[in-house]
Amino acid sequence: MPEQKAATRDGYGKALLELGKINLNVVALDADLSDSTRSEYFGKQFPDRFFSMGIAEQDMIGAAAGLAFSGKIVYASTFAIFSERAFEFVRNIISRNKLNVKIAGSHSGIATGEDGKSAQATEDIAIYRALPNMVVLQPSDAIEAEKMVLALADYKGPSYMRMHRNPVPIIHDANYSFEIGKGEILREGEDALILSTGTLVHESLKAAEILEKENMNVYVANISTIKPIDKGLIIDIAKKTNFVITAEDHNVIGGLGGAVAELLSEEYPCRMKRIGIQDRYAESGKPDELYKKYGLDAASIAEEVIKFVSKKG
Amino acid sequence: MVKKELVLDLKQKARELRREILTMIYNAQSGHPGGSLSAIDMLVGLYYYKLKIDPKNPMWPDRDRFVLSKGHCSPALYTVLADKGYFSKSEIEGYRKIGRMLQGHPELSTPGVDFAGGSLGQGISFALGIALACKLDKKTCNVYAMLGDGEIQEGIVWESSMAASFYKLDNMIVILDKNQVQQTGKVKDVMDVGNVNLKWKAFGWNVIDINGHDMQQIVKALDKASKMKNKRPTMIISNTIKGKGVSFMELNHKFHGKAPNEEEYKSAIEEIDKIDVKKFK
Repeated sequence: MPEQKAATRDGYGKALLELGKINLNVVALDADLSDSTRSEYFGKQFPDRFFSMGIAEQDMIGAAAGLAFSGKIVYASTFAIFSERAFEFVRNIISRNKLNVKIAGSHSGIATGEDGKSAQATEDIAIYRALPNMVVLQPSDAIEAEKMVLALADYKGPSYMRMHRNPVPIIHDANYSFEIGKGEILREGEDALILSTGTLVHESLKAAEILEKENMNVYVANISTIKPIDKGLIIDIAKKTNFVITAEDHNVIGGLGGAVAELLSEEYPCRMKRIGIQDRYAESGKPDELYKKYGLDAASIAEEVIKFVSKKG
Repeated sequence: MVKKELVLDLKQKARELRREILTMIYNAQSGHPGGSLSAIDMLVGLYYYKLKIDPKNPMWPDRDRFVLSKGHCSPALYTVLADKGYFSKSEIEGYRKIGRMLQGHPELSTPGVDFAGGSLGQGISFALGIALACKLDKKTCNVYAMLGDGEIQEGIVWESSMAASFYKLDNMIVILDKNQVQQTGKVKDVMDVGNVNLKWKAFGWNVIDINGHDMQQIVKALDKASKMKNKRPTMIISNTIKGKGVSFMELNHKFHGKAPNEEEYKSAIEEIDKIDVKKFK
């Protein structure tokens, strides 16, 4: 059976539409990217509850806050990179006041591809994670994205959900139960633990297959809630393997790698390797070419894991 | 026509609150007197005449909202809220002090506060969101917001002004406290905001231009604005004087964000007490 694929943004649009049908209190805003973020599915069905804000992200975030203050359940979407333009609004109005706004940033990471540096947000997790009261999420497939949108409707508070442009394999079935703050073990092993998030979950799973051929068995976990992070899961498995690798399409500073390093350095110091963007900007190109060049594809991950673990002792 | 006695009462209230603003900032030895004194007449017009509110039920869903976008003028808002009974007057002495309720800039956790200001320009976008929600819920209340003239140098003000017009928000009334001075000097010297009347007209707003210290004009403008309902938002350009009522603070940017010392405080209070409210404007 051929592998099923969909983009996480597709899951966002689909779930937002479904949510709109069952909850009349849900409203959505977008800044002239609703076709790309898929919030247009909701917008077309519920024009009265959808606010097109034009190319004005600060105004979108400010208005989203005012709507939330008035009791609405608010989803505000744009590209991850442009959400950052309104960062200080998110800080001073939304997170400071714990307002119920769900920010959704699509086209994150270098996987955004051909548009190049200006469009490739690789610092969004770091900045949103540094804001008190914020929940930071990143789905690994379209099903998880759908479940996140629904879970967020029941969660009262600010959040940032990081989404992606390109289709990725569907690894969850419709019965998957997502819970904010819970990580998910996708594969068990004993030699090392790969903690991955977003699109890199798929590369990490493929890397685990490559490693199996080299007689290495690794855990692969999907850390789809980056804040609050699943401390229990991470520490438990770190204790079993003593080699922890993080993998993400984000700067190694402040992202999943940063979050895990903060946790383990205090709670269970052990050997750690952060795979991600090495504090630099990428370039235009096809997503798979970029992943290869910047060391985020399965082969690069497998290679890094072997190097890392073989330094043992 | 608004009764003369009512206007006189409002003027007296404004004088009383000018005193409290200065005392509050003097006691804290921190705060922003200039913009608080320019805004207080309009705040009195709003809270003692116009706003449909219930201090016993601050979050009453059908209330009129007031967004103080120029959040540094919190002393003006706090004196009004305390006087209206939203919280105890004893809170005033804790202004800007550790462990106390009244923060340097307003927080939503303070009863009666509808916007947590401090970062200029953000209030108008927040008011826009509230106005959109009120329209969606078919509420008849109005959403008022106050901006400073230095504040409108922020690009967000124009983003929100465009959107308020686009969404035909005739429940949105913005007051520009045009006190002519910002932190480092005169607005026209720091970054001239030009003809604001024409600017907002070009953005599709109703524009009312008044002397923002003349209580008669304030109540008239608020009545007119709240009844306009012509599918356009309304801008009240409130021409004011930063530091109004205290001669050495008037149009003096040094008193944008500086508390008076003892001598200055005494002399300021003396001046306030001498104000002839009948002639004040």
